Amino acid sequence: MLLAPVVWALTVVIVYFFAAKTWWFPPPINQHAQAYDAQFMRTLVVVGIIFFLAQMALGYVIVKFRNRGGRAQYTHGNNTLEKLWTTATAVLFLSLVVMGTKIWAGVHFEEAPPDAIPIEVMAKQFAFNFRYPGPDGKFGKTDLKEVNDAGGNPFGIVDSDPAGKDDIQTASLKVPVGKSIKLIMHSRDVIHNFFVPELRLKQDIVPGMEIPLHFEADKIGVYEVPCSELCGLGHFQMRTTMQVMSEADFEKWKQDQAQK
Amino acid sequence: MSSPAAHAAHAPQGFIRKYVFSLDHKVIGVQYYFLGLFSVFLGMTLSVMMRYHMVNPAAKVWLFEKLWPTSAAGGVMTPELYLSLMTMHGTIMVFFVLTTVPQSGFGNYFLPIQIGAEDMAFPVLNMMSFWTTFVSLCVMVAAFFVQGGAPLAGWTAYPPLSGVGRLSGPGEGMGQTLWIISIAIFCGASLMGAINFIATTVDLRAKGMKLMRMPLTCWSWLVTAILGLLGFAVLLSAGILLLLDRLAGTSFFLPAGLMVNDRILNHNGGSPLLWQHLFWFFGHPEVYIAILPGMGVASHLLSTFSRKPIFGYKAMVYAILSIGFLGFLVWGHHMFMSGMNPYSAMAFATLTMCIGVPSAIKTFNWIGTLWGGQIHFTTAMLFAIGFVSLFVTGGVSGIFLGQPALDLFFHDTYFVVGHFHMIMGVAAIFGMFAGTFYWFPKVTGRLLNETLGKIHFYITFIGVYCIFTPMHFLGIAANPRRYADFTNVEYLGKLMPVHSFMSVAAYVTAAAQIIFLINLFWSIKKGPKASINPWNATSLEWTIPSPPPHDNFGGVHPVINHGPYEYSVPGHDSDYIMQTDPPAAREEA
Repeated sequence: MLLAPVVWALTVVIVYFFAAKTWWFPPPINQHAQAYDAQFMRTLVVVGIIFFLAQMALGYVIVKFRNRGGRAQYTHGNNTLEKLWTTATAVLFLSLVVMGTKIWAGVHFEEAPPDAIPIEVMAKQFAFNFRYPGPDGKFGKTDLKEVNDAGGNPFGIVDSDPAGKDDIQTASLKVPVGKSIKLIMHSRDVIHNFFVPELRLKQDIVPGMEIPLHFEADKIGVYEVPCSELCGLGHFQMRTTMQVMSEADFEKWKQDQAQK
Repeated sequence: MSSPAAHAAHAPQGFIRKYVFSLDHKVIGVQYYFLGLFSVFLGMTLSVMMRYHMVNPAAKVWLFEKLWPTSAAGGVMTPELYLSLMTMHGTIMVFFVLTTVPQSGFGNYFLPIQIGAEDMAFPVLNMMSFWTTFVSLCVMVAAFFVQGGAPLAGWTAYPPLSGVGRLSGPGEGMGQTLWIISIAIFCGASLMGAINFIATTVDLRAKGMKLMRMPLTCWSWLVTAILGLLGFAVLLSAGILLLLDRLAGTSFFLPAGLMVNDRILNHNGGSPLLWQHLFWFFGHPEVYIAILPGMGVASHLLSTFSRKPIFGYKAMVYAILSIGFLGFLVWGHHMFMSGMNPYSAMAFATLTMCIGVPSAIKTFNWIGTLWGGQIHFTTAMLFAIGFVSLFVTGGVSGIFLGQPALDLFFHDTYFVVGHFHMIMGVAAIFGMFAGTFYWFPKVTGRLLNETLGKIHFYITFIGVYCIFTPMHFLGIAANPRRYADFTNVEYLGKLMPVHSFMSVAAYVTAAAQIIFLINLFWSIKKGPKASINPWNATSLEWTIPSPPPHDNFGGVHPVINHGPYEYSVPGHDSDYIMQTDPPAAREEA
């Protein structure tokens, strides 16, 4: 009996914190992130109603049908009801997936636009490194034997390749605002993950694979990038930032880097 | 029906044959239960240490230094120690608690009795299965004590982190090797158990025990055994391949171009994703291995204590079967972010939503069972109702995670941790508590204390909600999981009050489990004597003495005339008809 008010109270508290958004997503910084939030809210409303009604009903039946010394109803069920709630849940759950398809397609089925700025990502225990092709627009050849983290060559760019001379290597990501970006992601050792909460975007970086990821960021600012796949003892420290800059600032930054 | 004749009535004499290397399914069931009880307290202790460390990352703790003089030198837990506690917590809980107790513990004891058999089909295999599990647990615990300590790659052990040895971190040397060996041994044990459960259910049912007259507990144990047979075989193969990558220089999971800890490795041609496919092909059915027996127990108890037939028995059976079938087709939803073909994500997502349907059917039927009942609030029943509440709460968050689009944010955040702890962790554990309170009188001949039981229930029920619901909010606020502490990412700072609240809730809930231990051990010796059928229940275990004789039915072959949930039949004197009551009892009605 006491259980019913306990279940109700827990349900109300949980629903309150979802409605109040006390701990919530960081603000979205592009259209994809806004579409994501809309899909989340649709799902939250559907799931919230199911959750609320199911818990309330559970509390209700245990109060209403507590033992009062009478005899319980004798019934083995109701096939019409079974069909009804089977169909209803199937339709509801599958529609949610269908509605979310567009968001997934935008990230994974659509290619990056041809003018997207290519940036290579090299993850390792426990740091991210980024590489820009420089003015020639070409990435130079790399070789693991040339890797020198302390010497500023985490990608292992080969000296003999002229295309690599102007490549820029950095430890944090800089992107121009409102431009398409195409990341080409590699890992050197174990599986890592690239995650920018404000972009609502996440992708494992897997050794032996080249994984592309494209997006654009529409709001200037600095955003944290915490590693989101267990990668070893320094996992919790593996963090970089993504700085979204005005186009002019970005060009200036690239020039400054090239002169170094 | 065939009967294991060699077994009948000849109870073995001598302590060793009777209690240690016993062939009796009941003794083996109790052995499994206590193995699980030890494991759950070990796993819980690790989690309390982790929760303490997360909110006090720099604290010096005397106990840590005593236990781990190198990896907690000065009493401060290192990140590698944190990760090894996390790995061992997950592994011990999933394999040695959630897989072991509901199936091998309760199932071993009550499956043969509920279907009217004298023992399992293969008693020797049954004994070997338990002792193999025991060896597996010893090997797992030994990983704490080798150089480098326990592994830190998580219970999912993704290569290359788990595949390249000491280079990728302390604990990845001998510790990880022992972990894989232990899991391989465990797979062997589970395969033996699974074959035994299936053969027993198929061959040893008493006269009249048609499949559709089996209690839902037996259905869930049968389907769980089938899942175990198919799942553990794959995990065993995957484990052996991973071991070869580590020890024999093969490259099943290790690609070319690896440079770990500044060393270039000579592997070539392997795929880290292959491990994930094999692991989750086992790993997702494993979730149902953990929860199906709990569903069976909850169904059984909700019917018994509301004095009503289960609502939609057939629908429940079909739901269990479809969960079992679909359970093998959804593993990819653990891999939406893994780099696998994004088109396959759509297929896995659709199938994942399909598996939500039978789960929802079960919930509706549970509420339908309570509807119009006369509910008796025993502690066992409270845990069964608690199971339903937790199952709903843990289940609905799956609707978010099953969508690849939403997983773009939630993957590997605390949202996932909250989801699986709710449903696979605590809901399953509530099923075990429910089973413990319900069957304790049959096993021991004594009742557990109801007052202590209810105090324990309420603290635990509110406690687990306080620990695990905030995790969903942490996930929404982008808190990554498997972080040793939260001081290096700025936006995590504002979430610390939530972590502190969860830690306090964890301490209180963990402490409350001592009430259960006291109740259990005190009642074994001093609990009030139980009658043959204290709950007025209908299934076969309630027709025989408490505790049951060695051959269960005292040489009598029970004949089954009724379904398992004939409660409150109109016109019948008492409000229940035993499955073995003469058929007339029904016709008179």
